[in-house]
Amino acid sequence: MTRPFVEIDQVAMRYGGVDGTLALEGCSMNVGLGEFVAVVGPSGCGKSTLMRLVTGLWPATEGNVVVAGSEVDGPLTIAGMAFQAPTLLPWRRILANVMLPLEVTPQHRDKLSRERAMYEAKARELLRLVGLEGFDKKFPYQLSGGMQQRTSLCRALIHDPALLMLDEPFSALDVFTREDLWAVLQNVWMTKKPTVILVTHDLREATYLADRVLVMSSRPGRIIAERRVDLPRPRTLETTYTAEFQDLVHDLRGYIAAARSGEEVVV
Amino acid sequence: MAQMSARAQARYNAMAAAARRQRRLQTMLPWLVIFGMFGVWEIGCTVFKVPEFILPAPSDIYRAAVRWWYPLLQDSLVTLYATMAGFGLAIVAGVLLGVAIGSSTLVYKGLYPLLIAFNSIPKVAVVPVLIIWFGIGTLPAIITAFLISFFPIVVNVATGIATVEPELKDVLRALGARPRDIIIKVGLPRAMPYFFASLKIAVTVAFVGAIIAESVAPNAGIGRLMMVASSRFDVPLVFAGLITTGLMGIVLYWIAEVIEKRTTGWATRGTDQNLATGG
Repeated sequence: MTRPFVEIDQVAMRYGGVDGTLALEGCSMNVGLGEFVAVVGPSGCGKSTLMRLVTGLWPATEGNVVVAGSEVDGPLTIAGMAFQAPTLLPWRRILANVMLPLEVTPQHRDKLSRERAMYEAKARELLRLVGLEGFDKKFPYQLSGGMQQRTSLCRALIHDPALLMLDEPFSALDVFTREDLWAVLQNVWMTKKPTVILVTHDLREATYLADRVLVMSSRPGRIIAERRVDLPRPRTLETTYTAEFQDLVHDLRGYIAAARSGEEVVV
Repeated sequence: MAQMSARAQARYNAMAAAARRQRRLQTMLPWLVIFGMFGVWEIGCTVFKVPEFILPAPSDIYRAAVRWWYPLLQDSLVTLYATMAGFGLAIVAGVLLGVAIGSSTLVYKGLYPLLIAFNSIPKVAVVPVLIIWFGIGTLPAIITAFLISFFPIVVNVATGIATVEPELKDVLRALGARPRDIIIKVGLPRAMPYFFASLKIAVTVAFVGAIIAESVAPNAGIGRLMMVASSRFDVPLVFAGLITTGLMGIVLYWIAEVIEKRTTGWATRGTDQNLATGG
């Protein structure tokens, strides 16, 4: 059996010294290469902390994080990240915003000036993939919230990251825009097949997008339940109204309710 | 607009006309206020028969300015030179120190109290020391202009760099960005609106600094001209000097503002576009 792409083994994370807040404890999970995993949990359960541990932005207090076969002991350079806020640079046009990672990643920064045309074509192709064709010369403020979030997604993908980390990327958007972007993200994933860890509190979003949904307990967070989603792809909005889908969401809701009340869940 | 009813069209036209009137008034207003002030001043001096050596009327000031135009011009240029030299140094030092303070907590903690203390010292009190060190000349004026104008630049650049969103830092760090990359790609561009806002303040206070030094150690410049004129009770000339200074201040402020609009339009969008451009 091949080794999982991301292995998190009995990880704990405590902020602010010995008496600080314990955000994660005994948290273990694996993510296979090219797999789409969603992590759901009650608010404040340490989902975002998990993101920062996996990308090596913060060191874990206890336990090991292994990505692509080697232990994480500093910021990864193979990760693309997108957050709830699009965090675009307001002084850059959309194309330049998408290309920002190429200017800083060690793999691309030296090649950028020589092969600018190739990289620009690639950025435009990504923008087309998320439905932003023809917007490359606009400034972020000229775009709607959903379009800014699409741009943010392109920025997370431009350097072909092996690992895509999404921290509630759609939670600031209205429901209809969000559902559009589920399809966009699924399309991107099916085209490029990166390993994805999506942190969200939207159970429908998790079920629509993921191969596997992990449920976290309330703080200190750990994985208390896991559901495989075997619905055929590409999933559509229609899929979300099938009985199978609804049952999955219902089950997940049960775990969340249990996690919030602090009960042990028997899977 | 083709489908608009006659009433809606009329209403739209009325609103657009009102917006145009509003804009015209906004461009006229500063001139109206300035001319109004001089008008009231002139009439007041004539009606109440105010002596020229207490408060000269604008017409007296104008005559003095015409009569002494050459020394006025010469001394203005000296002051302008001292101001710009001090201001230029302040930009260089202010940006460097601002970047250091904004990007490193250690530098911030170490230097900030000293900077605050230094900024609270009235610069008039420093000028005699500068004269002891550098003698009477342009150098004390340049240094005073520098000392007075570099603090706002430091504070603003540091603020711009220190307030980069943590998420954005994470995005870049997760790509393998070095701290220097983050400052160059995000911190500095982000600090630009703050920087230009500080330039508008700095350039006007740099003027104040240069003139203070020139008045304390009269050697050359508009500050000395005013000191000499007031010692001869040539009050209209003193006022001509004051007004010249004000004019130079406005021109420099305006230049800073034009540069700001050109370079950081992304930050001020929305404040100057209203109905007419939106329609």
